Amino acid sequence: MNNNFYRTGLIIILCLGLCSACKNEVRTDEVQPSSDGEDVTKTGQAFIKDDTSTPTVLDIAIGSDDHTTLVAAVSAAGLENSLVNAGPLMVFAPTNAAFDALPTGTVEDLMKPENKTTLSNILTYHVTPGKYSKEFLKKFTKLGQANNQNVMIKVEGDDVYVGEAKIIASIQAGNGIVHVIDKVMLPPSEEKNN
Amino acid sequence: MKKIIYSSAVMLCSLILFLSCGDRDSENKGALASSAAEKVYVAPGEYDEFYAFISGGFSGQLSVYGIPSGRLFKVIPVFSQDAEKAWGYNEETKPMLQTSHGFVPWDDSHHPDISQTNGELDGRYVFINGNNTPRIAKIDLSVFETTEIIEIPNCAGNHSSAFVTENTEYVVAGTRFSVPIPQADISIKDYKGNFKGSLSFISVDPEDGGMDLSFQILMPGFDYDLAHPGRGASHGWMFFSTYNSEEASTLLEVNASQNDKDFIAAVNWKKAEEYIKEGKFTTMPANYAHNVYDEHTHTATSTMKKEVRVLDGSLPGLVYLLPTPKSPHGCDVDPTGEYIVGNGKLSADLTVHSFKKMISAIENEQFDGEAYGIPILKFEEVLAGTVKQAGLGPLHTEFDGKGNGYTTFFISSEVVKWKVGSWEVLDRQPCYYSVGHLMIPGGNSRKPFGKYVVAMNKITKDRYLPTGPEVTQSAQLYDITGEKMELLLDFPTIGEPHYAAGIPAELITERSRKIFNLTENKHKYAATTDADVKVVRDGKEVHVYMTMIRSHFNPDNIEGIKVGDKVYFHVTNLEQDYDVPHGISMIGANTSELLIMPGQTETFVWEPKQVGVWPFYCTDFCSALHQEMQGYVRVSPETSNLELSWGLGD
Repeated sequence: MNNNFYRTGLIIILCLGLCSACKNEVRTDEVQPSSDGEDVTKTGQAFIKDDTSTPTVLDIAIGSDDHTTLVAAVSAAGLENSLVNAGPLMVFAPTNAAFDALPTGTVEDLMKPENKTTLSNILTYHVTPGKYSKEFLKKFTKLGQANNQNVMIKVEGDDVYVGEAKIIASIQAGNGIVHVIDKVMLPPSEEKNN
Repeated sequence: MKKIIYSSAVMLCSLILFLSCGDRDSENKGALASSAAEKVYVAPGEYDEFYAFISGGFSGQLSVYGIPSGRLFKVIPVFSQDAEKAWGYNEETKPMLQTSHGFVPWDDSHHPDISQTNGELDGRYVFINGNNTPRIAKIDLSVFETTEIIEIPNCAGNHSSAFVTENTEYVVAGTRFSVPIPQADISIKDYKGNFKGSLSFISVDPEDGGMDLSFQILMPGFDYDLAHPGRGASHGWMFFSTYNSEEASTLLEVNASQNDKDFIAAVNWKKAEEYIKEGKFTTMPANYAHNVYDEHTHTATSTMKKEVRVLDGSLPGLVYLLPTPKSPHGCDVDPTGEYIVGNGKLSADLTVHSFKKMISAIENEQFDGEAYGIPILKFEEVLAGTVKQAGLGPLHTEFDGKGNGYTTFFISSEVVKWKVGSWEVLDRQPCYYSVGHLMIPGGNSRKPFGKYVVAMNKITKDRYLPTGPEVTQSAQLYDITGEKMELLLDFPTIGEPHYAAGIPAELITERSRKIFNLTENKHKYAATTDADVKVVRDGKEVHVYMTMIRSHFNPDNIEGIKVGDKVYFHVTNLEQDYDVPHGISMIGANTSELLIMPGQTETFVWEPKQVGVWPFYCTDFCSALHQEMQGYVRVSPETSNLELSWGLGD
């Protein structure tokens, strides 16, 4: 995929998102004047400079070349500050390849400001309040996700599947754990949440 | 080419930003705007509009702040020893920290609640719970001191506490950790069905505020988390949130999150009163401390109580369970008493139940099974509405009395304002960081004073100058008089600012005492005039009846004390003037100083171990001659025959 084109699109989308945020009274922490009132910065726990603590789940995603799409999506949904919370948080992080495997146009569509709620719902479906190793996840049959829906856990030999996605790597974070997965998890449609 | 597209895009975006967010500056400047400073500035000598009573969490105490300034006025010692005020160190207050486990010098103070009359704050008392060794304390707001502590038997982790009913008929205590009741030596694996919860109703005497454990309701072995009283139409009910309806005893983070819904337990305490009257209770043997501080003897007594009346939760009409999603934490009732809000802490939504629908569901027996004989009401039949996708991790809701609810969200770290009835989200403001509970003065009553929200945060990180790994904890003040909330102020707190209750200052200031009347001092060892001064030996025990006044002690020279003696200094402050306390401390005393208010008597014990002449002095800078306020005690060998003698200016 044309990376630069992609990035440009993202910036436009982000800005549109911001501008719509002003009108829709969405969170005001996304853009605030800094103390000198000149530049525009994001504030909140996600933006504290800290080189000594164990990286947060967000730091880990940002630091990974395989997760640029995910990071862009998190930013578009304004979810950064939720991912640096004391948690504990377990993030299932689809790789860029996993996003690329979605039908053409899906990601672009989701990044549109009018789809922010849908995007946010998908992303929070990838987050569990909790922190469990891959091994420990084998004890579960389902997990309650941050978007209020459940996802089923399936064990096949040594492999652990969350929904249809396979855990392919796991990284400990300061405020939780990141499990890298090979598929994007799409939330089941409503009313199937038992 | 690509570069050009890229730069034009950036420019276009900047333009959009510039145009669309033009009015953002004024709207969003928040604390940066000069009006925020004006709104929290209380000029020297002026008073704050509200008191905020903020618990110290693991500090075990209760702190008193002014709102809107955020100035700290006093830390009231409650469950933890406080050397500054001799709380739990002097002989008078040691009994206050007695329990069935002996002397317990610390606790985890969580939820202060102010007494109410007709559903409105009356400013007489603050009640607060001790979580760890289950207790409830009462602070008398005429003196801002803890005057009563009652231990709760059959309870462990007294968390859903200390909330009062509409006329302070009761203050409640619910067990967080279910345990065998009565306690027994059984395997933890046998939790399910054998461990029980208990909900305690402590009556409060309308005249003198005296507390008495009236009755307990035995409940299934869930974890009982928070509670709030019904009011108006729902007066007579108390609502308790529960989690761990799975009855797990290990790895609760997994095992207590299996059920999609836990419960809010609605307890009809008026029905309970009927059952008590009809004698449908059992009397269980128990052992719990009841500690009362008498303001005339200036002395606490601790009494062990030996039994408690117990009602079974499955008695008809006593308790109903309202299914509530995702391990609800806060359980909050709106000012009208119609809506009961469940803050499912693993949810993104708020669940709101209707009291009217609950009553109708009970009448029509719209049940969805039962738990240990307690009917479970059908979720759809009691649900009033849902505040959808309001944030992540809802924790606690209070109300402004103008039809709005304000809820904290821990995971998304924000306060969200929403409309009662339409359930729409109206505004959201970030908290720095990870907010727990919040407080609107009177926000848990029929009559909230909806001017400010105080948000109490769990994490501070970079908000203040760093002080090593342990940084201050903090609260944040928001103005809620406009459509949008406005962050006005950060202020540091003692311990963990866990929960708070606020009240207009005028409801308290008039009743605030200035001195203790010396003529009413009934302390057993008081010396209320210099004629009462004496030193008395009783074997190895020596009692010094001492006075203090600007700027001397009487006596200030004592001889005839011997190594191995146990010397009780009973010291009375003869001042009858506002704000003239005196202190006293003795070299080598294995205890704290005393800080004695005008008209009060306090006692410390000194056990001299070394021969010599040893000084004592006033520890509170009391007067121009404070440095002269001192004295000596001569200590002779154990075998000495020197008689006791004492004097002042001889």
